[in-house]
Amino acid sequence: MEKKRSHDMLSKIGYRRMTAEDLFLDLFIYISLLSLCVITLYPFINTIAYSFNDAIDSVSGGIYLWPREFTLRNYEKILVGNKAISQALFISISRTITGGVLGVFATLCVAYVLSRRDFVFRKVFTPFLVFTMYFSGGLIPTFILMRDLHLINTFWVYILPTMVGAYNIMFMRSYIEGIPDSFTEAAKIDGASEYRILFTIIFPLSLPVVATITLFVAVHQWNAWFDTMIYNGMNPKLSTLQYELQKLLTSALSIAATDTDATLASGDSQKAAVTPMSIRTAMTVISVTPILFVYPFLQKYFIKGLTLGGVKG
Amino acid sequence: MAVLNEKMIENTSLNRKDILWMKIIKQRQLLVLCVPFMIFVLIFNYFPIWGWIMAFQKFVPGKGIFGSEFVGLANFKEAFTDANFINAIRNTLLTSVLKISTSFVSAILLALMLNEVRARLFKRIVQTISYLPYFISWVVAVSIVYMALSPSSGIVNEMLVAMGIIKSPIAFLGEGKYFYGVVAFSNVWKNVGWNAIIYLAAMTGIDPEIYESAIMDGAGRIRRILSVTLPSIMPTIKLMLILNLGNLMNVGFEQVYLLSNPSNIDASRTIDVYIYTYALRSGRLSYGTAIGIFNSTVAITLINICNYISKKIDGYGIF
Repeated sequence: MEKKRSHDMLSKIGYRRMTAEDLFLDLFIYISLLSLCVITLYPFINTIAYSFNDAIDSVSGGIYLWPREFTLRNYEKILVGNKAISQALFISISRTITGGVLGVFATLCVAYVLSRRDFVFRKVFTPFLVFTMYFSGGLIPTFILMRDLHLINTFWVYILPTMVGAYNIMFMRSYIEGIPDSFTEAAKIDGASEYRILFTIIFPLSLPVVATITLFVAVHQWNAWFDTMIYNGMNPKLSTLQYELQKLLTSALSIAATDTDATLASGDSQKAAVTPMSIRTAMTVISVTPILFVYPFLQKYFIKGLTLGGVKG
Repeated sequence: MAVLNEKMIENTSLNRKDILWMKIIKQRQLLVLCVPFMIFVLIFNYFPIWGWIMAFQKFVPGKGIFGSEFVGLANFKEAFTDANFINAIRNTLLTSVLKISTSFVSAILLALMLNEVRARLFKRIVQTISYLPYFISWVVAVSIVYMALSPSSGIVNEMLVAMGIIKSPIAFLGEGKYFYGVVAFSNVWKNVGWNAIIYLAAMTGIDPEIYESAIMDGAGRIRRILSVTLPSIMPTIKLMLILNLGNLMNVGFEQVYLLSNPSNIDASRTIDVYIYTYALRSGRLSYGTAIGIFNSTVAITLINICNYISKKIDGYGIF
């Protein structure tokens, strides 16, 4: 509080002596930051505009901030007419929910135990976990392991390998360590079990960090595509939205130098047509929308969490 | 005397064991909460290391690790005569250095600028917008980058042509020489807001009195940024630099793989990409594992060197 007030005072002093240097600097900063916003947002807006524009009309380009020939056909084609993509959407939602719930549960349990200074294996389990942050067995040995565990071609290959994440545990542990012992002392004297302490005292007190970890885990699950490609690429029933998008993208990129979208579109019938580009833009919008609605609300929590992590080094 | 001593040692060690067991029994609920998950870590993070044996074999999936024939260091020897692998090391290092330096400078610049903004609402809006790309997948990000760079309708080419910088549109993803730049720029676009958080946090910890005395000494704002803000966040900058250097061999598979295509492969073939596209897909599992081990070994060495340096500088390391 004290610091904030003196910072305000400071800015008043600053304003009183507005020199040419100040003016120049402010101008430079505001213009730079505004252009950053434009550069960040424009590609999204442009993609949205294309996704709502008639596919054949889009081929001629020149669409910037809003659609020229408005249509919902691109979305219709994906969400109504396309079984593969609606199945992929279902799997994406399933893995986000399942992975999110299990991941946060695992993180909370392990983080609580490792936050206890009297825990008998604290000095063994902590480095055991931290080591995995810097080191991995590599792509091929991991692939062979999944094969030997018979996880390939199953839904669980999305959930189990990443369920216990060292980074998230360390993040949550440092938060739980900050909770004063006085909160749990009374319960301990009453002889409450560890489970009770964790779920009725620690959990409610850790809601900000639980929200942050939920965001991280859910976003990771929603965005994942590589595991789909290598483990379940042959199984359309287990495909995910991001993987479907990746396939469209790769087929477009492999002919990067030429104008794919135009050549592919001209072959189609002119009526009710969609092009790879129109489908791709609509799918991009669908896969970004949930994130767009969630992260701004959790912003203050993850910034606090990151700041804490940063101070601790 | 000697007998007595032995007995005493025996007794104390027995006691210590007893104490450990008593603790374990007393904390059995804590163990129930974490041991099952530790077994997950053991299986999914440690078991793959067992698979490293493959690198010294001519591994045949049907025969497994026990049945496959050992070939010594043949796979490693092959790697260093493989022109594509040498190319992959070069690409990994080049991409990495470019990526680290650009993301580093851009994040510090953004944090310095945001720190100078007094309008709170404006600052919040800029920050919220700048985090957005961090949360989208690389698939979406590359899809967007691809649209922006398209030679026929991309905004980048249109603007460059309109400003007269280039005469005709460039296929940025169709040629190797633009590839590193595209990777570095798209990385900055996606992560700069997120990377700036840590520096901004360090800046809020600066004592305002330092600024006040700087003003008394007649320092202008630019002077204050250079002589107060920047030196104050130096420890954070150093720490982040060390962390980043430790990750030199890890360029980020997803981004590079998604941006790569046959026409830019000579620039986009990083070690990760090479392991996936060449070794895993064509079934050369032993060879791919050998390359992976090489990569991990260099990475671990780098992290340890960086950790050592950071301990020398600040007295404490990363771990």
